[in-house]
Amino acid sequence: MGLTDLVALLSSDAAIQIIASIVKILIIVVLCLQIPPIMVWAERRAPAMMQRRKGPNRVGIGKFRLYGLLQSAADAVKLIFKEEVVPTGANKVVYHIAPIFSVFTAFLVACAIPYGNDITVFGQQISLSPIRLDVGFLFILAMSSLAVYGVTLAGWASNNKYSLLGSLRASAQMISYEIPLGMSLIPLVIIFGTLDLNKMVIAQSAFPWSWGVVRAPISFFLFFICMFAETNRSPFDLAEGESELVAGFHTEYNSAKFAAFFLSEYVAMFVLSALAATVFFGGWQVPFVPYDLLLKIAFGLDWLAALVGFLFLLLKAGFFMWVYVWVRWTLPRFRYDQLMALGWKFMLPIGLFNLLITALVVAIFDTVTRH
Amino acid sequence: MNPYLPVLIVLLLGVGLGGILSGLAHFAGPRKPNRIKSEPYECGVPIVGERDKMSVKFYLTAILFILFDIETVFLYLWAMTFRELGWFGIGEIVVFLAVLFAGYVYVVKRGALEWD
Repeated sequence: MGLTDLVALLSSDAAIQIIASIVKILIIVVLCLQIPPIMVWAERRAPAMMQRRKGPNRVGIGKFRLYGLLQSAADAVKLIFKEEVVPTGANKVVYHIAPIFSVFTAFLVACAIPYGNDITVFGQQISLSPIRLDVGFLFILAMSSLAVYGVTLAGWASNNKYSLLGSLRASAQMISYEIPLGMSLIPLVIIFGTLDLNKMVIAQSAFPWSWGVVRAPISFFLFFICMFAETNRSPFDLAEGESELVAGFHTEYNSAKFAAFFLSEYVAMFVLSALAATVFFGGWQVPFVPYDLLLKIAFGLDWLAALVGFLFLLLKAGFFMWVYVWVRWTLPRFRYDQLMALGWKFMLPIGLFNLLITALVVAIFDTVTRH
Repeated sequence: MNPYLPVLIVLLLGVGLGGILSGLAHFAGPRKPNRIKSEPYECGVPIVGERDKMSVKFYLTAILFILFDIETVFLYLWAMTFRELGWFGIGEIVVFLAVLFAGYVYVVKRGALEWD
């Protein structure tokens, strides 16, 4: 095959799409790998700030201490070179599979978020979410519920009572809060009339008064609580509850396998933050600058406009990541019965009524505007 | 291009990445296992009893989850066709939710959601 044949093959429409999708996936995966180190650093420095102590500030390059930012990198290296101890009586196969399960579900969800508006490359329209489906919304919900398996399998396989209790609590909590989570997002589907996340962002426009949070505030309230419960974060971190359960489902995991759980937890946090930003806060829309205007400011270059949008999405998601840390060091932990009661007896009925009220309001509004 | 192709790519990549992390744990660190070290960690107390017993409450929660989750998925279908169905759809969904809510009230009254 000659060079011209190769060029012709690579410039065919299908090839461009496939190459673009691989590039997009790699970018997002690499981005997601950067989240845990930064978040671990934030999670050490923030409480230090709140408790008036210094926190890690030594590790750096030579004289440049970078506020201890490289502490996380040092920790990652340390974790990799630790001895792996597999507990006796553990179910070997499941024990080794569980962290893999956690990692890939986290990445699958991360790739379904729209990171920018569609751009045109070589005459091909390319969407800026690595996984672009018409049912992106359902895909995200389905894949994020798979995360329960990693937790359950890990706890069950390690032959440790603490792990088992932690994983039972975690899975019961995650499935309980999945119902209000799913329900809180239905009003948005009613309002915007689509399951495609990018179309939802476009429908929200650049102006904050037409964003999801203004149109469906109760949904946001429910979603916000579910964000913490779904990722087993404080104040709902009963799965870990270190004073009772050592470390919950990953008590028997160490070295790089523990790092895998760590990674998936932080990626899951990022995904929910990005999803909150996407459906409630206009996603990649730059506040008060409509996309057409943004395109003009960016000299008509759609990739530049998309990059600006991407940065704004990261900013919005970053805010929620900060809220995670903030809440963790502010609120005490719930009791388990309180947690389950909150999910089933408070959020579920509110979710149902929110759904009905939104449907009625939208229907009345539609009827009035049609006549 | 099939829109589900990227799903497969991410799946393979994620499994690969998880596999690499698991593999690193296996090969990068030292390996000096002994009997005491690989006992399950239960705060140094000699291990007693079975680990496979769990509260029946968790089964009940799981069953209730399945019921309500299927109902949520059904609501998504209605939400998608909301504008086409109009008031007819709302009427139907009110009936559906009323039946569901009756079941929910029954579950609460029977104490299925009480943790003690």
